[in-house]
Amino acid sequence: MNNLEKDLLKIIADIDGVTGGALNIRANGKLAERHTTESVDIRNKTDKDGIDIIIRPGTKGETIHIPVIISESGVNDLVYNDFIIGDDCDVTIMAGCGIHNCGNEESRHDGIHSFFVGKNAKVKYIERHYGDGDGTGGKNMNPTTVVNIAEGGYMEMETSQIKGIDNTSRITRATLGADATLIIREKLMTHGTQRADTDFSVDMNGENSSANVVSRSVATDNSVQVYRSNINGNSKCHGHTECDAIIMGDARVSAIPEINANHIDASLIHEAAIGKIAGEQLIKLMTLGLTEKQAEEEIVNGFLK
Amino acid sequence: MLQLKNISFSAETEDGVKEILKDITMDITDGFLAITGPNGGGKSTLAKIIAGIIKPTSGKILLDGEDITDLSITERAQKGISFAFQQPVRFKGITVNDLIRLASGKEITMSEACDYLSQVGLCARDYINREVNASLSGGELKRIEIATVLARGTKVSLFDEPEAGIDLWSFGNLINVFEKMHETLGGSIIIISHQERILNIADKVAVLSAGKLKSYGNRDDILPELLGKTNAVCPVLTNNMKEAQ
Repeated sequence: MNNLEKDLLKIIADIDGVTGGALNIRANGKLAERHTTESVDIRNKTDKDGIDIIIRPGTKGETIHIPVIISESGVNDLVYNDFIIGDDCDVTIMAGCGIHNCGNEESRHDGIHSFFVGKNAKVKYIERHYGDGDGTGGKNMNPTTVVNIAEGGYMEMETSQIKGIDNTSRITRATLGADATLIIREKLMTHGTQRADTDFSVDMNGENSSANVVSRSVATDNSVQVYRSNINGNSKCHGHTECDAIIMGDARVSAIPEINANHIDASLIHEAAIGKIAGEQLIKLMTLGLTEKQAEEEIVNGFLK
Repeated sequence: MLQLKNISFSAETEDGVKEILKDITMDITDGFLAITGPNGGGKSTLAKIIAGIIKPTSGKILLDGEDITDLSITERAQKGISFAFQQPVRFKGITVNDLIRLASGKEITMSEACDYLSQVGLCARDYINREVNASLSGGELKRIEIATVLARGTKVSLFDEPEAGIDLWSFGNLINVFEKMHETLGGSIIIISHQERILNIADKVAVLSAGKLKSYGNRDDILPELLGKTNAVCPVLTNNMKEAQ
């Protein structure tokens, strides 16, 4: 692995290539490194490109890293990763994709991640997207996440994409069993002529299930963002979706939240707010001695923190 | 020293151009100045003119002899003017610690931040990592606002109705904060207030009414006259009572 690839890895996965835990690094469409542990097995799929990550029931405190890096121009990568999280687990999974494209051909990574969260299992899933390189080739990422949470299961999903990616279309589908909980926090910042689409759909099928989908985003320059969320309450459940966006420059943002109550005891809330930075916020920070530009940066950084 | 020379300010309203401040001239020396007067008298406008948030229609502002009339909010802040808003601003994501750090202009330790917060009666541990958002009450926000001015420690500190939104229970503490500030902060402390207890601890008092500076001088000269007036009986009521007799 060269230094460039190591840097990408550090940014998206916070690792230097060696961790004590389970690890699978995919670089330019090929396996670069793999470690398994007693509790975590990683196997290649036999029918298509991708891996199965199998976490033994009762595994607690382990962190599994599944980063993808693309440092060559013109790589078009499609991968299927299945995470099978056993009952009563408590684990953290860090995935992420870093693209460095200094060539003029498009680099693209499409990941289809499926999670099967076992009964009473707890999983924290962190996904970071990052792109750099000054070539004219596009840097595109289209992650699809499919989540199935069994009875009493809990999943927290944190995704962040701060600049760098030209085109992204994120699709998230989730199905929740009884007493299952799903929390999604999305952070997004687009600049230049970038476009980001996110589409969440959650089916709360089990009694006392709950879902909270929160997106905070900043759109600058001429970028475009579209946020869609569809929360379906199909039993006694609680659902909340919130999209909060700051627009700057000539950017455009659309928020299309949808909630569907299909059960008398479904309780659903949606909130969406889009606007530029409030003038009084800028003024307040300027009275502390910051310039307008510094004030703007502090407000944006705080918002996406 | 902060000097206001012939400051006037007019604004467009529904009823045409309205003069909000008329020819205000004041030399504000070091010490504690309380500006008081009826609502709508122009007090907050004057504070915003000093902070640079609004520009006067005419007149000049001098800070230690330097003309700062055309300087921006940022430049004035950097030259040593701090301003606590009447209605503090909320921020999503920015924490109390962030705000105090930005105010002090440097990285600060937990114990330094704690010091500023405890001076305004807040326990730092409970507040330092909280976001300055709608989850804080109006009173909490006001105290944090005051703490940011303490953290700046500049030669001119302006407070626009710091007592507004602070409950009676905390009001005594607030007086202590300003008394302590008077001893330690130095420079000019300018407080816009309606509260007699705040006026009582001022060195000087200015009365602004209908956009004009009605009186300005030492507290002991101004206050008896001012309080005498507000306690005066309403003439209409007196007349009505006479007629009834």
